[in-house]
Amino acid sequence: MFSLAGAGFTSRLILGTGGASSLHALEQAIIASGTQLVTVALRRIDATEHGLLDLLARLEVRLLPNTAGCYTAADAVRTARLAREAFETDWIKLEVIGDERTRLPDAVELVRAASQLLDDGFVVLPYTTDDPVLARRLADLGCAAVMPAGAPIGSGLGISNPHHIRLIREAVSCPVILDAGIGTASDAALAMELGCDAVMLATAVTRAADPTAMALAMRHAVTAGHLAAQAGRIPRRDYALASTSDSGLVTWT
Amino acid sequence: MITVLFNDAPRQLATGETVAELLQELVLPPRGIAVAVNGEVVRRADWASHALSDGDRVDVLTASQGG
Repeated sequence: MFSLAGAGFTSRLILGTGGASSLHALEQAIIASGTQLVTVALRRIDATEHGLLDLLARLEVRLLPNTAGCYTAADAVRTARLAREAFETDWIKLEVIGDERTRLPDAVELVRAASQLLDDGFVVLPYTTDDPVLARRLADLGCAAVMPAGAPIGSGLGISNPHHIRLIREAVSCPVILDAGIGTASDAALAMELGCDAVMLATAVTRAADPTAMALAMRHAVTAGHLAAQAGRIPRRDYALASTSDSGLVTWT
Repeated sequence: MITVLFNDAPRQLATGETVAELLQELVLPPRGIAVAVNGEVVRRADWASHALSDGDRVDVLTASQGG
């Protein structure tokens, strides 16, 4: 059971809804992924396709609104307040990006926004860099989890700095959710093996050639990685350690 | 009549029209709506009493695929 801000989830996969070719494709992917928590963005009513909320309600998944597209703390705080009104949840996936090209977090604005939203009673889940010190600062403020980027959003590059993800795991006691950069199932499994509590991804599924099949792959990868992390891997060694005993080996002369 | 900027487009409203009345005129899904007037959130509980003024900027938002 994965516990986040007092809520329990049996799935450790959080799915973003961005990039799906249709609501039908999204529905199939959500079902295959087994996710219980999905992110949504907030946009002007005339620029959105209706039916997303009905779909998510029917699938009985919990909504996690995000502040995608915000560049300043002020914009992110405003968006979070609007999301709270729209979706009747205090949970917010806080994204404050600093750069259009990489869409990586702006650390200064992120900390500022997180602080204001925590004061305002939000459950803050910040999308952050893979900097262990920044992650600790966000956790110390009272964020319910930290969500370090494996690599830029939508890049599919996987986890650029696995060592830092491991250091983040050591640096904070709140859940660590690997967010962004996942390209394929092995990336998600690695995140879990590094000690992450959950994985958040969107593009890797929604823009895969077969989103439903990739959603199923991610579901198994997250489970496999989590089990492996719990099981305790063998130490790496330079040379072979025979798995079969030489005792009783026949010597043919 | 007054003119507000509704989602970046000018829109004529009756003088004294409230946020709730504007939302009734629009074809909206039953849930998942948020309203900002001049960049400030108008809480759901205040929709019926918040009268719009000439020149107000009104943004109506809802869920979109993202994240």
